[in-house]
Amino acid sequence: MSRKVRIAQLSCGPEYSGVQKEIYDAAESVDAEVFFPDIALADVEQAVDAFGLDVRSADLKLMIARGKALVDGKVDADGVFIGTCFRCAEAAIVRNELRRYIHEHSRLPVVSYSFTERTTAGTLLTRMEALTTIARRRALLAREEQTGITMGVDSGSSTTKAVVMKDNEIVGTGWLPTTEVIKSAEGAVASALEMAGLAREDIQAVGTTGYGRFLIGRHLGADLIQEELTVNSKGAVYLADHQRGASTVIDIGGMDNKAISVLDGIPGTFTMGGICAGASGRFLEMTAKRLGVDITELGPLAMKGMGKNVPMNSYCIVFGTQSLVNALAAGSSREDVAAAACHSVAEQVFEQQLQEIDIKEPVIMVGGTSLIEGLVYAMGQLLQTEILVPPHSQYIGAVGSALLASGFIKGE
Amino acid sequence: MAKVFIYPATSLILSDLVARFGHKPLGAALGIRERIQTAGVDSPPLQITPEEPKRGLKYAAVEVPSGVRGRMAIYGPLLEEAEAAIIVTDADLAFGCMGCARTDELILFSLRQSGIPILELKYPTNEEEGVQFVAAVKKFLAGLENGGEA
Repeated sequence: MSRKVRIAQLSCGPEYSGVQKEIYDAAESVDAEVFFPDIALADVEQAVDAFGLDVRSADLKLMIARGKALVDGKVDADGVFIGTCFRCAEAAIVRNELRRYIHEHSRLPVVSYSFTERTTAGTLLTRMEALTTIARRRALLAREEQTGITMGVDSGSSTTKAVVMKDNEIVGTGWLPTTEVIKSAEGAVASALEMAGLAREDIQAVGTTGYGRFLIGRHLGADLIQEELTVNSKGAVYLADHQRGASTVIDIGGMDNKAISVLDGIPGTFTMGGICAGASGRFLEMTAKRLGVDITELGPLAMKGMGKNVPMNSYCIVFGTQSLVNALAAGSSREDVAAAACHSVAEQVFEQQLQEIDIKEPVIMVGGTSLIEGLVYAMGQLLQTEILVPPHSQYIGAVGSALLASGFIKGE
Repeated sequence: MAKVFIYPATSLILSDLVARFGHKPLGAALGIRERIQTAGVDSPPLQITPEEPKRGLKYAAVEVPSGVRGRMAIYGPLLEEAEAAIIVTDADLAFGCMGCARTDELILFSLRQSGIPILELKYPTNEEEGVQFVAAVKKFLAGLENGGEA
C-alpha cells in the first residue's frame, strides 16, 4: 500500500463554516491526508512581517506563517490546499498572494478554493485528486510519448469523446453527446475503433477521464482512471508540442472551466469551477440555439460581429439569456450578438478564474469550445496574446488519457 | 453573579479572572463545549456543521462570509445572554484571539450597541500596566449588580 499523500491545509474559516469535515472526506477518498503545518506562535508575527502583507485577521496571519514554513522547508508536504471564505476580501488577497508565493518559491502543487457552507466533499474531489496525482504520479506525468495501442475516453458533462492512439499518432476518434453515460461512451469508442480499423482486443491499455470517469473506467476495465486537470494539462502540452517549460491551459467546458498553470507538463496551480453556467460552454450552446445556428457555426458568425455593440453579461445564464433576447428584440444583428456572447464568456473566465493563476505563454485553449473561433479571439483580446489551439483540441482529455495509459502497457 | 462576555472570547486568563471574582465568564469554551457534547454530530474539529452558518444569519446577512456567520452562531447567543462585558484590545495572540477580524468588528459593535456595562482595556505591555489591568478588572467586576466577590 502506497503512503498517503500529505496535503498541507492553509485556511481561514472552514471549521466555522462547518466544511472542515468535507475537506477531510475529499482527501480521504483519494487516499490523502490533510494536515495543518505546525509552527510556533512566536514565529507567526515574524513570518507575517517577512511576507510583508499586513492583515488583521489572526487566522490569515497563521496561513501566511504556515505557507512560509512550507516554502522555507521547515515543514514537509506533497501538495498545498488553500481555502478561505467566499466573499471575504481580506482572505481573497491572502489566498491569492500566498498561492503565488508558494508557486514561485517551491515546486509544491497548489490548489486554492473559496468555500461557503454549501461546499461538499464532492465539489473538492477533483481538486484533491489532481493534487494527489501530481504528488504520486510524477513519473507517469513525465511521459512525453505514446507507445503501443491505447485508448482514451473522456466522459464529459456535454459530450463523450474517445481516441485511439498507435505509436504516438492519433489513428481514431469518436464523439457523442453525453446522454446515458455508458451508452454514449460505447458509441464514441465504437466510432474511434472503426476509424482506426482496430478491434477492442487490439487495445493494450485504456485511460478514462471526465465526470463519468469512474463509471466508464469500471465498465471498460480501464488501467488508468484520472481526473481531467492533470490529464488535460498533459494532453494540451502534448498536442501543442510544448511539453517543456511553462504554459497556461484554458478549458472552457460544458459545465465548468479549468485554468491550469503548467510547468513541464505538470500542473502547478489550477482553478476549476465557474460561478454558474453563464461562464461556460453551456451558455454558448444556448446562444447558438437561440440564434438558430449549429454550435459549429457560432464561432465564424461571431468573427463577423462586433461584440461591443451589444451589452451582455453572462455572469448568470438567466440574465445572459435575457440580454441576448433583449438585444435581438432591439434589432441587434446575429453576428453582433454571437460576438457579444463569446466576449461575455471569455470575460467571465478572465475575471473569475484567470486571476487565480499566473498566465504564462503560450496560452493553450482546449476542449470543444476551443473550436469556437469567436471565443478564442475574445480570450486573446482580453489576454493580449495569441492563443494556441492545437489540432484535435476537442479530444484533449481523451488524448491525455491515451497518452498516459501507455504507461500501463505490460512491460512498460 | 453576573454573566460577563469576555473579548477575546478564547482568553483563558480573562475567563479565569472573571470566574475568580465570582462571575460567570461567557466565552468560546462555553460555546464550543456545548457543540462538542452534542451527541450524534460528526463534524470535527469543532462539531460545527453547515447548519451553524445558517443560524448565524440571525446576526449577519447572507452576503457575510460563512466563517463569520459560523462564528456568530456560537458567539451570538452568548452576546444576547451577557449582562456585562470586558473587552481587551490590541491583545497578544497568546492572550487569546478569535481568528477573524470581521467577526471581531461585529462582536465589538454588538456589545457596544447592547447597552450593558462594558470595561474596555488595552492589553498591558509591562508589569506595572499588568497590575493596573487586574485592578481595573477587579473593580469593574465588584461593581456589577448581582454580587461578585470583591
